[in-house]
Amino acid sequence: MGNLRRFASLLALSACLVATTGHASGDSGHLEDSGIDPGDIHSLQRGARNFMNYCSGCHSARYVRYNTIGKYLELSEQQLIDSLMFNAEKTFETILASMPTDDAARWFGKAPPDLSLMSRSKGADYIYNFLTKFYVAEDSATGVNNLMLDGTSMPHVLWELQGYQAAIFKTHESEDGSVTTTFEGFEQISAGLMNAEEYAGFVRDTVNFLAHIGEPIRSDRRKLGVWVLMFLFFFYIIASMLKKQIWKDVN
Amino acid sequence: MTDDDLDQIDRNRRHFLTIATAITGLVGAGVAIYPFLASLKPSARAQALGAPVEVSIGSLEPGEMVRVLWRGKLVFVLRRTEEMLKHLGDNLDMLKDPNSEVVEQQPEYAANATRSVKPEYLVVEGSCTHLGCAPIEDFEVRPADHWTGGFFCPCHGSKFDLAGRVYTGVPAPTNLRVPPHRFVRDDLILIGQDAAA
Amino acid sequence: MSRIESEIGKPQGGLMKWIDDRFPFTETMKYHITEYYAAKSFNVWYVFGVLAMVVLVIQFLTGIFLTMNYKPAAADAFASVEYIMRDVEWGWLIRYMHSTGASFFFIVVYLHMYRAMLYGSYKKPRELIWIIGMLIFLTLMAEAFAGYLLPWGQMSYWGAQVIISLFGAIPWVGDALVEIIRGDYSISDITLNRFFALHVIVLPLVLICLIFVHIVALHEVGSNNPDGIEIKEHKGANGIPLDGIAFHPYHTSKDLVAIIVFLMIFCAVVFFAPEMGGYFLEHANFEPANMRATPEHIAPVWYFTPFYAILRAVPSKLLGFILFGLSVVLPLFLPWLDRARVKSIRYRGWIYKSALTVFTITFVVLGWLGTMPAEGVYVLAARILSVIYFAFFLLMPYYTAIDKTKPVPDRVVYHG
Repeated sequence: MGNLRRFASLLALSACLVATTGHASGDSGHLEDSGIDPGDIHSLQRGARNFMNYCSGCHSARYVRYNTIGKYLELSEQQLIDSLMFNAEKTFETILASMPTDDAARWFGKAPPDLSLMSRSKGADYIYNFLTKFYVAEDSATGVNNLMLDGTSMPHVLWELQGYQAAIFKTHESEDGSVTTTFEGFEQISAGLMNAEEYAGFVRDTVNFLAHIGEPIRSDRRKLGVWVLMFLFFFYIIASMLKKQIWKDVN
Repeated sequence: MTDDDLDQIDRNRRHFLTIATAITGLVGAGVAIYPFLASLKPSARAQALGAPVEVSIGSLEPGEMVRVLWRGKLVFVLRRTEEMLKHLGDNLDMLKDPNSEVVEQQPEYAANATRSVKPEYLVVEGSCTHLGCAPIEDFEVRPADHWTGGFFCPCHGSKFDLAGRVYTGVPAPTNLRVPPHRFVRDDLILIGQDAAA
Repeated sequence: MSRIESEIGKPQGGLMKWIDDRFPFTETMKYHITEYYAAKSFNVWYVFGVLAMVVLVIQFLTGIFLTMNYKPAAADAFASVEYIMRDVEWGWLIRYMHSTGASFFFIVVYLHMYRAMLYGSYKKPRELIWIIGMLIFLTLMAEAFAGYLLPWGQMSYWGAQVIISLFGAIPWVGDALVEIIRGDYSISDITLNRFFALHVIVLPLVLICLIFVHIVALHEVGSNNPDGIEIKEHKGANGIPLDGIAFHPYHTSKDLVAIIVFLMIFCAVVFFAPEMGGYFLEHANFEPANMRATPEHIAPVWYFTPFYAILRAVPSKLLGFILFGLSVVLPLFLPWLDRARVKSIRYRGWIYKSALTVFTITFVVLGWLGTMPAEGVYVLAARILSVIYFAFFLLMPYYTAIDKTKPVPDRVVYHG
């Protein structure tokens, strides 16, 4: 059994290693850490409010029901109706965008994607970086471009809060004549209602909420997992005692 | 201690461990089955689709009936006439449960002589208590047949009066079920939610 | 004889006799369980067969419950998976168990196969067990592939697109074959529908039959052991192999412990890392299938990547397909490629030991390369390792024949 135990710990270890290496694919350069805290109910509540005020006009979260949000964010039915449900009448409805998808596709050239699973397909950090890295671009139809998604058709919805920033690029010419462009940093052109820190907090809350609706049962499954593993450990002890007892015949 | 004693101790221990392992395993399996069985319950979507439905009765004339669906079940909303209400007591001796004593068949607030919240409005599930067919309304009064108007099930001939009460001598065992409902306004009934809620 | 064993083994009257007169119940139990003798020297490598059975049961059970809520239609499939994850009570657990189970099936089966390579379990008289086992492996690959299309995410769609297109490489019939597999001019609702049928009915049935035959064949010749010795050649006066112990209660009690340890690892993944960093559930698959845009980086699920790396290493479509197919099928011929007189690695010479070590590293690294983009140094590495992969099998008749083996003892080595 010594072998078995060694093997098990080896497997568990490699499992942890794999699990911590993060995204196996889609490495989009250096991502700033979103620093979200899924356990912070108040952050999630603020995020929900931000989402409803700024995102749900164009983006749906069509797999997410209001009452599920209420349950995990500790909001009463009345609070849901008063502060979140602008596009819905009943708490069991799912989050649909106020704007019809067809219109949206016509105006933006591309229908705004559903956000239910955005945190799972792109990762919370990506969304955080996306929302903080809009910059002014004269040649774009929306007047902005994004460092994370070049040529994005999404306008800078949060410009009022963040203000506008310009991106500073530096071009290098190497000896063989090829030109490379590197991003040097942002420069604030006009001030928003929030300073940089407040805006980062605002985006962090919003991303926290998006990560939450990506998998609402996440905290539940972790809690349950602890119990399951404790039970299995107990079972393991009894079963190995039985095994030892039975194998006395063999030894 | 002899070898036999040791053997006996070992055997007892083995017996105990076998049972302990079996019990732990069974408990584990029992608990593990629960999520699977629970997954068969109506889902959040089914619950959303099964939410209470509003029925506007403002334009319902006396003697008129509307059919609505609540949770996929047919519900009759009948506005009874004075005449209909008057005859409700006529056939009491021919009914199985004239006083609505089978408690599951109606909420407490409908366990009265008219089986309704307001005497005028009858709200019953249009599902025969025999095998679930939808009864057909037959409001014509035929004194010769002792028929004061009511519902007739086409499948196996069960008969109900204008309060959804079942007649004797037919296969249906109980009165038509009155679903939970309440009057939001005088002209609006909400089916699926109790008056108390 | 233990207490438990004697209770099951003793002749019974009443109901048992009534059944036994009509159905060989007691006889079967004896033959396969209480009086099936396997070496007492089994080590940890010998638990993966039973663990594969455990995963099979998990997959069947969770799969049945998933079919109750899943909709095999292009318009509904993605949403129905999210419906299971969110709206169906405990649906998330059932789905995570199934998706995690798929990966664990391959982990366990790969280790089970590796055990055979360590201890020569495929060698005479167990060639047929190995062949059936390889057929199980191939069926499992098809089963996993069909199942991966069902969530109808970006990876489902484009992964299927790539693999199905492979068959187009076959001369003359390729294009027609691809259309027959898809049932359409592209992967569509129709393809999804038939893959569903394959995944939930056809392939599981084939799998069950093959596994049944696999076990019948195993119990006919008896299990191998870490020494590669035939324990039946040394029987006691009672006709029982001297080194053998009954499957029940000895191996069963040991296997139970192994199963619990396995379940701990399995549950740790299900409850704490169901995506496994994007290896078990790929991130791009959380986006619905989009026929207009391939994800930037597309890789099959990890259990196909060693073979996928070989496919990509070849610059020709047809040759790539052939080598890909060959790399999957080659192990089937191990019983005849391996000329060594001994079975177990314990008594083999340094050549095979080195070869197997290099092969192990090669297989793992190929698997990793398959998840990386096909560019630059990765392609070069994949090419070199592909050559090593094939060399391991194709040169085996030579290097195993000249490898100096050690004498094999008469009886198994067992240290209590």
